[in-house]
Amino acid sequence: MRIALFVTCLNDALFPQAGIATVTVLERLGHTVAFPDAQSCCGQMHANTGYAAPARRLERLTGAAFAGHDVIVSPSGSCVAHLRAHTGLPAYELSELLIDVLGVTDVGATFPHRVTYHPTCHGLRALRLGDRPTTLLRAVKGLQLIDLPEPEQCCGFGGTFALKNAAVSGAMLADKCANAATTGAEYLAAADNSCLAHIGGGLARHPAAPKPIHYAEILATTGAHP
Amino acid sequence: MGNSSRKIVAIMGVGTVSRELPIVAITPFAVAAERELGDAQLRANLGRATRTIRDKRARVVAEVADWEPMRDRAAAVKDEVLDNLSELLARFEAAAVAAGATVHHATDAAHANAIVTELVKEQRAESVVKIKSMATQEIGLNEALEAAGITPIETDLAELIVQLADDTPSHILVPAIHYNRSQIRDLFARRMPGFTATSDEPAVLAGAAREYLRRTFLAAKVAVCGANFAIAATGSLVIVESEGNGRMCLTLPETLIAVVGVEKLLPRFADLGDFLRLLPRSSTGERMNPYTSIFTGVTPGDGPQRLHIVLLDNGRTQVAQDPVGRAALRCIRCSACLNVCPVYERAGGHAYGSVYPGPIGAILSPQLTGQDAGFNKTLPYASTLCGACYDVCPVKINIPEILVHLRQTGSKPAAERAAMSTLSWVMRDRRRWRAALRAARSGAAPLRALTRRRGGTLRRAPWPLSAWTAHRDAPLPAAESFRDWWRRTHESS
Ligand code: SF4
Repeated sequence: MRIALFVTCLNDALFPQAGIATVTVLERLGHTVAFPDAQSCCGQMHANTGYAAPARRLERLTGAAFAGHDVIVSPSGSCVAHLRAHTGLPAYELSELLIDVLGVTDVGATFPHRVTYHPTCHGLRALRLGDRPTTLLRAVKGLQLIDLPEPEQCCGFGGTFALKNAAVSGAMLADKCANAATTGAEYLAAADNSCLAHIGGGLARHPAAPKPIHYAEILATTGAHP
Repeated sequence: MGNSSRKIVAIMGVGTVSRELPIVAITPFAVAAERELGDAQLRANLGRATRTIRDKRARVVAEVADWEPMRDRAAAVKDEVLDNLSELLARFEAAAVAAGATVHHATDAAHANAIVTELVKEQRAESVVKIKSMATQEIGLNEALEAAGITPIETDLAELIVQLADDTPSHILVPAIHYNRSQIRDLFARRMPGFTATSDEPAVLAGAAREYLRRTFLAAKVAVCGANFAIAATGSLVIVESEGNGRMCLTLPETLIAVVGVEKLLPRFADLGDFLRLLPRSSTGERMNPYTSIFTGVTPGDGPQRLHIVLLDNGRTQVAQDPVGRAALRCIRCSACLNVCPVYERAGGHAYGSVYPGPIGAILSPQLTGQDAGFNKTLPYASTLCGACYDVCPVKINIPEILVHLRQTGSKPAAERAAMSTLSWVMRDRRRWRAALRAARSGAAPLRALTRRRGGTLRRAPWPLSAWTAHRDAPLPAAESFRDWWRRTHESS
């Protein structure tokens, strides 16, 4: 199948590994990935911060960049939720694509590590990903999945919320990091690098806390290390 | 006061609070929230209380097989009300008047307060007993009555505690969630006439409050209430409460004055069924509400002989004109959204600077009283948009959507506006975007080298990024952007 990748602006600039991992997994499964070069940002950040006009322009740009593509994948739950609500593009979060469209649960990955999974608010409540990401992770060879306490609790990122309400955001982050640390996992995986940048930034200040990782990177790994 | 001792246990079961009585000043949400956050005990109490009640809610909601269709029906009924507001108000008024009630229309808070004050004066009453009501809090009725020399007496236990302390409620359903029992005993000793108990056992305190309130009920000439629902077809009012104090207020005094927001209407009596199932499970996590009073007009020789209904607008018909924001008027004040909100749990109710705290307050206050008033400008931003509130709302108010709508229609700081439009300008052109990614990459190169040993994140950054690094490390731009990787690996061949 020919699948167009919406990598997202954040991954493009800061976390290219998530995009590379998405390409790696899909190509390993025998699919062709396209990367429309005119893409940049879906407009979510502008819309949610209160800037409707630039958001609408970026949504139109994204719509035009992906015109004619029947299947679009993105390694970001929140961007997929935004695209779905505002562009009508046939966009899928990676786990939706793999399980619902391609019918795959075992992507042939090996990752011999203890992993805990944070479901992220958009994955949980906007896209209702349910157990799709953890179904994929459970099929990874060598991976031990450990439940995260209070998984449905927001990590406190919320885009500019992290700056505008720094104290409350920091308090929510501290609770998320404390829960992550109790799991004894080596990695904390999630479906959104925006949340992971925030959680990972907190975990970096915790002794012996799990390392943040996008779950696509785990699915792409076939050796001992990501 | 049927199960007030259970309620006082619920109020106090949250541990001890070492907290000064709050002085509510007009400061933006973030400042107020940070101050409340500093109170570790308050945080522990709120965390424990909201967790208990949201677990309880989740359990009893899961028992109802048709919960989701019921939410859809309730939302549709409320939208029907908003679509036909003036017609249904006229129908309600006609039915209520035919049953012996007098109906008044109040355009705003001052108007409503003037009507109620005048009605109380007509009865030559020096005090009124009150049933917990958000509408009368919203208009500041107690303050208006006091200014006119009339003493309002709250009869809901938690409201009474808050009133005796000259404080403001911090939760819609559990207004005194921020008090512990020794504080309550001291308060009663200072402010409650005839209070002699020395113990701070919940049952003793509840008993003392019951004694005090019984005397008050029997002496009262006028009662003031709100309403949870108003049935347009029959002119009936519905009050849902859990202590029985409401039943006393509704039956003993000769004159009853109800202040009812116009959005409380339901078209038909049959609509009530769904709402009486949705409300207790959503608010207290109980399957059925303990005291539900439904009354219509006046019955000669039985109960109040004068019933005045003040239909309160106070901004509501204007909110109903906003195609997105109007859904906030579906709210039945169950407080489920407060109990699941991670921001409310940490900031507490006072940080919202309004009688409506939590997610519903963040969308209702700016719409009712203006986006630039008081805390209102900062309230739409007091959310991560996590969506937990929307999931539990029994009338399916898409709170995150309305928060975003209010952010988009409200005023914004000039510097932020400039930054956001520059960013979108860069992002709208692939050459500009690629150039920006490369500039960021080379700019960050020295920092990447410096931070490599510690995982490549930045611990301290200058303003404005210092707001980020105060609480967490910052990521750095990657050594190679995704699109450069793609070009190198997929386009060069
Ligand atoms: S917004 Fe919904 S959940 Fe919140 S108090 Fe109102 S009805 Fe309840």
